[in-house]
Amino acid sequence: MSRSVIEHLDRGPLDRDELAARVARDIPAGSYVNLGIGQPTTVANHLRPESGIVLHTENGMLGMGPEATGDQIDFDLINAGKVPVTELPGASYFHHADSFAIMRGGHLDVCVLGAFQVSACGDLANWHTGAPDAIPAVGGAMDLAIGAKRVFVMMTLFTKDGTPKLVRDCTYPLTGVRCVDRLYTDVAVIELGPQGATVLETYGLAHSRLVELLDVPLLDAPMDVPYAAVEGA
Amino acid sequence: MTEVCATTDEAVAGVADGATVLVGGFGLAGMPSALIDALIRQGATDLTVVCNNAGNGETGLAALLAAGRVRKVVCSFPRQSDSWVFDRLYREGRIELELVPQGNLAERMRAAGAGIGAFYCPTGAGTLLAEGKETRVIDGRLHVLEHPIRGDVALIKARVSDRMGNLVYRKTARNFGPVMATAATTTIVEVHSLVEPGELDPEVVVTPGIFVDRVVVTGDQEGPA
Repeated sequence: MSRSVIEHLDRGPLDRDELAARVARDIPAGSYVNLGIGQPTTVANHLRPESGIVLHTENGMLGMGPEATGDQIDFDLINAGKVPVTELPGASYFHHADSFAIMRGGHLDVCVLGAFQVSACGDLANWHTGAPDAIPAVGGAMDLAIGAKRVFVMMTLFTKDGTPKLVRDCTYPLTGVRCVDRLYTDVAVIELGPQGATVLETYGLAHSRLVELLDVPLLDAPMDVPYAAVEGA
Repeated sequence: MTEVCATTDEAVAGVADGATVLVGGFGLAGMPSALIDALIRQGATDLTVVCNNAGNGETGLAALLAAGRVRKVVCSFPRQSDSWVFDRLYREGRIELELVPQGNLAERMRAAGAGIGAFYCPTGAGTLLAEGKETRVIDGRLHVLEHPIRGDVALIKARVSDRMGNLVYRKTARNFGPVMATAATTTIVEVHSLVEPGELDPEVVVTPGIFVDRVVVTGDQEGPA
């Protein structure tokens, strides 16, 4: 057992809002960031305005502001989830080839995505369950997964029936190979890499319990490296 | 030279059966609905449609699909809460789907418009969507060979055109428009308003008129720029 895992045992798992806030805390000030459709979008609610973080949306905008309300609603100004949004001072618009050059070309500092499954070495499955009657849809997920400098995934660590979503090998079709850097879940924050998974923090459960629940080997967190250096933030 | 058409019917005249039609828009933003309605009246069938989504509700692209005019859809995200027309045709095996990651969709059209034969791209490497494609390791990273997507026709929407076909767009309704404009033999644009040459600042033109073949004013767009 590594000493440097931070165990938050005086509380339960993170709820959805707390998880979004936890992800937001690890996004460095001044970053260019893309937040995926669904739960990752809620990370924006926890970014401090003074942090200077600039949000990118794949449909051609930097400097995206909060969701539009009332008279602000303009269906020519939407986010990747097709929800009307607003523009902040300093915003810019560009076409799709430029937008995906931003994504694929390594210009985004961080992207946050949801997932069905993630493997210990960072493979991501988030676009298709493979169910026979499912309509497959990929959108910009594959471009984001391989393009951003750091790829964060947020999800619950277990399905409703208790099956781990952090796995040795994904059984769902892959979105990207070895592309996820860090996994944020309701019960743990886990660093992923070629060597495997390293638990950095737990919420409402001990590291030893996590070892029992997961079917992936967990590496010891570095003992002598301060946490801030591990997260690079 | 760019032709200014009096009606949308005139603008879509001559689209052939079996044509590949690039359709702009991301959801409904930038969707050239008036041109699609005209294409339904025009009657071309057995079409391949290239568009980010596969239609919303019962109108526009969804109506073209419902009319049985489309053999194949090339898109990145057909699954939406209101894309029931596509869903039904797909589940009944009455429409073919080529699913393309969104950035590859844009870049493959960009390549077509820019005269690029094909390009290596890391997106999708090692996934289902790259199966059967040539690959190559470049700088230690697996890349997939992607070929251009060329249109016979592009239908797009812009905010303003001048009579030279120079275009400016509005907010995120720009999306695929400038890329598709370059990638088709005949590019047809519906615009909110038409101005005289010299009225658009050349520094703010997004699509130069050389890419635009026909323009028609439809007016029915969102509020002020």
